[in-house]
Amino acid sequence: MVQPDRLALFVHVDTLNHMVQYSQSGYDACFAALSDATRRGVLEQLACSDASVTELAERFEMTLTAMKKHVDVLVRAGLVTTEKVGRVRTCRLGAGRLEDELAWIERYRQLWAARFDALDAVIEDLKQKESADERRNDD
Amino acid sequence: MSDATTTETIATKSGTVTSRSSERELRTTRVFEAPARLVFQAWSTTELLMRWWAPKSFGITFISCEADVRTGGHYRFVFGHPASDQPMAFFGKYLEVIPPTKIVWTNEESEEGSVTTMTLTEEGGRTTLVVSDVYPSKAALDEAIASGSTGAFPEQFEALDAILAELAGR
Repeated sequence: MVQPDRLALFVHVDTLNHMVQYSQSGYDACFAALSDATRRGVLEQLACSDASVTELAERFEMTLTAMKKHVDVLVRAGLVTTEKVGRVRTCRLGAGRLEDELAWIERYRQLWAARFDALDAVIEDLKQKESADERRNDD
Repeated sequence: MSDATTTETIATKSGTVTSRSSERELRTTRVFEAPARLVFQAWSTTELLMRWWAPKSFGITFISCEADVRTGGHYRFVFGHPASDQPMAFFGKYLEVIPPTKIVWTNEESEEGSVTTMTLTEEGGRTTLVVSDVYPSKAALDEAIASGSTGAFPEQFEALDAILAELAGR
């Protein structure tokens, strides 16, 4: 069993490796994202306060679809993160791709972990049923 | 790609480990205290699948569950959640089913969905389970992560997203 403090170290080392890995492709994506005046405007806006995609579309006088595309580019470059609550997607200046990726993988893992915990209970039932059947056969 | 470049998250309690093991693969591992045939049974029997695939702690419940777990068979899982008025449908095809060691299926609810391979390896009465999600490209997995969803039904997955975010206490 790996100790928790070692796990923390593991994650930290992984984090550093990933930062190096992302620095090049991230730079390109970032540069492309900043090459557009609207997207620079969106970043300036978000630097002042968080805003929904709808609010940004209104402010920059464009369709929701067009603004979504701009936001997607900014998200991919790690410059903006979005969070959906109900029907509203709120945009804020991003913490970066790595943090997002780790958070996403952790949520993905949590889903499987929860499934497997439930699967344990199902398997336990199957085991008990099987050993009960064996006892019956032995009699 | 060496192990050092993987992104990995680990559970200390339940022992479920997930890593981005390559540019387009997510790999999740867990050990079960049971022979492979029992683990396989729980994966390949619809009534048993329904008991664990939609975990209660995630607030998701099955609306319907169809699974013809044979090579070439199809599945369709429909989930509901109190926070969402839209049901969430997940569906695809079993590409390969080898009892009691392997199930491979497609995830067709999204355009660039992954192909998932579940393998079971038994040793000394314990079974190591590996779930590998392989996306068609690095861009497809990056996109799934960037959009915070795992599919192309935005409304459905965004609802799931909100649920997950809520659970994560955000």
